Amino acid sequence: MGLAQEYSLGVIRARGLEKRYGDRRVLRRVEFELPRNGFLLVTGPNGSGKTTLLRICAGLAAPTGGELTCDVGRPSIGFLAHEPLVYRELNALENLDLYGRLYRIRERRERIGMLLERFGLWEERHARVASYSRGMLQRLALCRTLLHEPELLVLDEPYSALDGDGAALLDRELAERRATASFVVATHEPDRVLPLATARLALG
Amino acid sequence: MTYFADVGALARKDLMLELRARDTLPAMLLFVLSTLVVFHFVLPSDSSELAAKGLLWVAILFTALLGLSRAFAAEREQGVIDGLVLATRDRSAIWLGKALAILAFLGLAEIVALPAFGLFFTHVGGGTIAGVVLADVGICAVGTLLAAMATASRARELLLPLIFLPLTIPIVIGGVGASVAGHPGKYLAFLALYDAIFGLVAWGSFEYVVTE
Repeated sequence: MGLAQEYSLGVIRARGLEKRYGDRRVLRRVEFELPRNGFLLVTGPNGSGKTTLLRICAGLAAPTGGELTCDVGRPSIGFLAHEPLVYRELNALENLDLYGRLYRIRERRERIGMLLERFGLWEERHARVASYSRGMLQRLALCRTLLHEPELLVLDEPYSALDGDGAALLDRELAERRATASFVVATHEPDRVLPLATARLALG
Repeated sequence: MTYFADVGALARKDLMLELRARDTLPAMLLFVLSTLVVFHFVLPSDSSELAAKGLLWVAILFTALLGLSRAFAAEREQGVIDGLVLATRDRSAIWLGKALAILAFLGLAEIVALPAFGLFFTHVGGGTIAGVVLADVGICAVGTLLAAMATASRARELLLPLIFLPLTIPIVIGGVGASVAGHPGKYLAFLALYDAIFGLVAWGSFEYVVTE
């Protein structure tokens, strides 16, 4: 576990961060600072606490020790989880429309259409999500994550289930947004995003 | 107004999900009707009207419990609650949207149940109808909060009835009172007070229920 770089103006600052589930300590004294437009790459073996750390960064879990401060408001966070966080009985348009309304996106239909087109889901937009493959679900989850142009992107295994085309598309998306957003990305494929990273945090 | 736009979008989503999946409302309808039929045969023919009214409230309460046990099923199974928690400016909108959807399901079940009760037992008066409407608000307000709490637990099917039923005792007292009293005013006022107090508590505390 280590701190790769120090920054003075951080979007996220973690000091002595700890997380326990009962007797099991998942995170032990994690320290990092993510600058505005920085890219923190989080690596580690299974069970090392990557997902827990990302949930804390997104405000979905609270640490049991230490502190984490985040200067980005909740609606400006884009969170990609293991689950796609969409309703299986709704179609892609309905799911994204719900999130678009909650995020109060102007011209949301145009934005939803553009994202579905870009991620290759336009033709399947009226199909219930329950009929999607795992790769299509991941593409839809990426559409949901990017829908509101978040300032902070918290991505947990973003390349999971994506085929070659999907992974290349995600590479382009990350590179395009690299200058305008801050990133915390946990992945088992660190080489893929290493050129974009400004810091690396190895857990476990 | 944007808060109510969020609530509207969330409630509309729940109604749409029910239209697609049809796994809550048909179950509630079937349950309340079959319960009334069972009560019809269980209750001796010379039983009082008071006993029948009491059984109506038992049927309503357990029908609501059935709906509440499914309230956050889609969010739990697909982890969507995290997405909603991040997307809503005020997390209580999730509670209010869900409570309104459950209220609609329960109201629809009662539109069928009350005439059926009239057919099997005795006529349903204005006091009973007013009591049912006010009780529904309290049941859905408290029940939705407790359903969200139970969802986070592994023993959710056990936990929800255990925490829901004790908190609805005042509703049963008010509802039965409104159904059988000659002047139901004070019972209806009691139900309205329950709705106001517990509605505010549920609205204010939902934020802490959906975050770790």
